[in-house]
Amino acid sequence: MNRARLTAWVIRPTVFVASLTPFALLLWDVFTGNLSANPIEDITHRTGRWGLTLLLATLSITPLVRVTGWSQLMKLRRPLGLFAFFYLACHFGVYIALDQLLSVSDILEDIASRPYVTVGFASFVLLIPLAVTSTKGMVRRLGGKRWARLHRLVYLAAAGGVLHYLWLVKIDKRDPMIYAGVLVVLLLLRLGGRRRKPSGP
Amino acid sequence: MLIKRPNDIRASEITDESVYWNRRDFIGTTAGAAVAAAMPFVPGFVRAEQDEKLTPYDAVTSYNNFYEFGTGKADPSRNAHTLRVRPWTVAVEGEVHKPKVFDIEEILKSFPTEERVYRLRCVEAWSMVIPWMGFPLGSLLRAVEPTSRARFVEFVTLHDPEQMPGQRRNVLPWPYIEGLRLDEAMHPLTLLATGLYGEILPNQNGAPIRLVVPWKYGFKSIKSIVRIRLVSEQPHTTWNVALPHEYGFYANVNPDVDHPRWSQKKERRIGKLFKQDTLLFNGYAAEVADLYAGMDLTRYF
Repeated sequence: MNRARLTAWVIRPTVFVASLTPFALLLWDVFTGNLSANPIEDITHRTGRWGLTLLLATLSITPLVRVTGWSQLMKLRRPLGLFAFFYLACHFGVYIALDQLLSVSDILEDIASRPYVTVGFASFVLLIPLAVTSTKGMVRRLGGKRWARLHRLVYLAAAGGVLHYLWLVKIDKRDPMIYAGVLVVLLLLRLGGRRRKPSGP
Repeated sequence: MLIKRPNDIRASEITDESVYWNRRDFIGTTAGAAVAAAMPFVPGFVRAEQDEKLTPYDAVTSYNNFYEFGTGKADPSRNAHTLRVRPWTVAVEGEVHKPKVFDIEEILKSFPTEERVYRLRCVEAWSMVIPWMGFPLGSLLRAVEPTSRARFVEFVTLHDPEQMPGQRRNVLPWPYIEGLRLDEAMHPLTLLATGLYGEILPNQNGAPIRLVVPWKYGFKSIKSIVRIRLVSEQPHTTWNVALPHEYGFYANVNPDVDHPRWSQKKERRIGKLFKQDTLLFNGYAAEVADLYAGMDLTRYF
């Protein structure tokens, strides 16, 4: 089996299944009553964590291609990014609808006065234009260069997401520090290759 | 000082074993209903109104902050089986005329337990209503006769990473230490709990003996206590030492004093979808507000 076929028939479907499994498990737990005693918190944490995980997975594709020279893997970048956006949209939606009960004044106060909410909110907003311009048609319309420049916002969003996580934990920073470490490695890997291959994130 | 242990029947063995093993069914049907029915008639302490239903037993015992067993909410119920609650002693010492190392069985026999339904408000803005079994801390303190130099009480949790795997990581400075002013400690609402829902305290809830101070954030209610020390200086309490700007010594529940990173105005009662307003002193202002008369509650948060 050649690389293109392996990517199309094995790796891509595996990535799809792996990306949707946490959501399926979450739905399962919701409908079987297997969430924690604080279900809204549980859903918020799980969707946030998987969103950030998938966002970092998205950022790992370019370095991975660079290291392996296996350019077909680039095809995974968009679906991974969209899955990340899907989880983060759920995370955001649960916060707005279930946690804050759609109270605009409460939400605005939260965004204005709590740095971890401010940075989390801003990071999510940054991802919206990226999700909107993820189609082939939009890449064509924007032109490759402008599209790539716009999509560099993903670095800011990822850094903001990690900061959001770091700032919200009570004291045990181990997990957010793992995310921060992975992000730093992914960014450092880009420094070496940028000059040779000027492409998007 | 030689402490003789009683060699007769242990207080913890009195419960009939079949009842013990079926305690969840028993609790779910009998005790819960009995407690709920008795609630409005217990004078003074119980302020739980009609809509303040008891938090289900499963939630009370599966959603815990007990970092000695891990920092996740489900970690304590998963990991606390390694805690050995017998034999267990509690040393009561310091500024007292009659220091004593109590065996837990002796405590259970000497201080008759009563049921107290209290709200528990966590500093993380969630809350529960829990039927505790316990006795006033004041009874124990009076038994050791505090000296006139005693102004504060310091409590210490067991420190044993073998039994408490969470202590292998330095998330917090171990052992966990908490403290109260002597008048807070002597207040009739302040409880030493040895059980909940009519059964002995599950390990994840702080077995075999823990503090319950219902008008303060949950982290003040220290679990699995091995030492109680009366002192003249304000104790250095764990969360206050770890993050002094976020967790004060007093930690009185107060909707008007936000945590630096989140609001304390509302809380989510576990089991309910909508948040509710947080009450000053967690709704126990009538009982405890005079302890803090004239004090700046924002400064002494």
